[in-house]
Amino acid sequence: MLRGLLTLTWLEIKIFVREPLGVFGTVAVPVLIFVLFGRLFGPRMRGSVPVPRFVSADLPIFASILIVLGAVMSVVTVVAIYREGGILKRLRATPLRPYTILLAHVAVKLGFVLLTLGLMVLAGRRYYPIGADVPWLSFTLALLFTTICLISLGFVLASLVPTARFAQPLGTLVFYPMLGLCGLFVPIAALPSPLQMAAKLLPLTYCVSLLRGIWQGEGWFAHLGDVGALLLVLVGASALSVRLFRWE
Amino acid sequence: MIRVAGIRKTYGRTVAVDDVSFDVYAGEIFGLIGPNGAGKTTTMECVEGLRAPDAGTISVLGLNPRRDVYQLQDRIGVQLQEAQLQKRIKVREAVDLWASLYRKPVEPGRLIEQLGLLDKRDAWFMTLSGGQKQRLFIALALINDPELVFLDELTTGLDPQARRAIWELVRGIRHRGKTVFLTTHLMEEAERLCDRVAILDHGRIVDVGTPSELVRRHCPERTVIVGTGEPSAAERFRAIPHVLSVAEDGTSIVIAGAGDDLVTRVIQAVATHGIAVTSFRTEAPTLEDVFLKLTGHAIRD
Repeated sequence: MLRGLLTLTWLEIKIFVREPLGVFGTVAVPVLIFVLFGRLFGPRMRGSVPVPRFVSADLPIFASILIVLGAVMSVVTVVAIYREGGILKRLRATPLRPYTILLAHVAVKLGFVLLTLGLMVLAGRRYYPIGADVPWLSFTLALLFTTICLISLGFVLASLVPTARFAQPLGTLVFYPMLGLCGLFVPIAALPSPLQMAAKLLPLTYCVSLLRGIWQGEGWFAHLGDVGALLLVLVGASALSVRLFRWE
Repeated sequence: MIRVAGIRKTYGRTVAVDDVSFDVYAGEIFGLIGPNGAGKTTTMECVEGLRAPDAGTISVLGLNPRRDVYQLQDRIGVQLQEAQLQKRIKVREAVDLWASLYRKPVEPGRLIEQLGLLDKRDAWFMTLSGGQKQRLFIALALINDPELVFLDELTTGLDPQARRAIWELVRGIRHRGKTVFLTTHLMEEAERLCDRVAILDHGRIVDVGTPSELVRRHCPERTVIVGTGEPSAAERFRAIPHVLSVAEDGTSIVIAGAGDDLVTRVIQAVATHGIAVTSFRTEAPTLEDVFLKLTGHAIRD
């Protein structure tokens, strides 16, 4: 069924690109914001403007997480729209295996996450030249892994939303509050202890920890705990979606 | 081709399909007819393998639609009620995608041409008219050259002209030796298109047969309306055997009776007695009347 997956993925990419606003929001907006941040707080301006810590140290992580969350929300919305329109049902009444239909969307989103990040790296070269010591391959793998884990959570949401209209708001409600506690803005150790507990229950915390660690060259072994926690999320969420997912 | 025996499907406390049994034979257009909510789509989706019935057995082309679903999908073509495709998928892309999913697809370009979509093949799905969308869905249902084609409420929402064009296409499918299983709530569609129909109401099959058989069995009355001013005419018509009622309003006489030869007898009476007639028309009951008689309510309720 690999051929079906490839055909469908390629088709979904073409269909996605035909909606100019969607492409603009997914690819161009993050890159533009990044460039804007670069102009405001870039290394050459340093000293004249007080730079928030997350900008100086965590910008790559922050940017990655935002892009990944965008992709996850977009999966939730697309699946809800396809279900409401009967598209999922129509595709399922073909020899396509059901998971192929969903995997095609995951593949499309992964592709656009990488594309956006690649463009960002190119556009940001002037402001944030990336050191030669950044482990690129590892970071890309970590990014794909985090995205897949969060998309599996997205599928649980997509199984639960009653209509496409609720998909976007519900996704926002679930994912964006995690940003506040995930350790990007405030170090987890600096949080009051109840919030520290809460942070440890949020998958995003492990995503940030893993991505940050890999970026800083700490290696996979130092972050086996994060990988384990995310694998748990992946397996749990996938099992839950298999039970809950509705095709119509 | 299809054998359905005693299937039942409930959703919560609602019984959607209750002890439904019927057979579909090779080469015919078989219609499942009934009002919206009668259980037509549920029944059809059980046969297609998209749903599992709670009880009963289904055999399609000798296969079990739940167990052998992938084997079956290669041999049947399906059009679903109110299905959509991606808004911005092109006609040509959709047909090509479907073609890539089956083992022995027909040539996509020829199929697009046969269904009259040639000048729309680069159009996005969202820009197609209702009739064009349905023709595309028929194309997708025929892409694997199936032995058996399922069409669920194919012409709902189409204007009469588009509807007639679709009927022609469906007859063409049968002409190529395929079997068609369709559902409709339009009695005219069933009457004109189907070789045999099963009437479904509240999840139960009320009767099965050819449209004319059903009409003869349940509504044998014929009505002849004769325009005449002759005062003695009504008496003459009353004397005809099997006439049930004769009503006159001064300018015309309505004669109701049983049997196919009512019309002949009325004509004979007109000729024998030299009745001057200004107009003459007959009314035969339709499936619509059969439905009303069998279920006690009109199909559009």
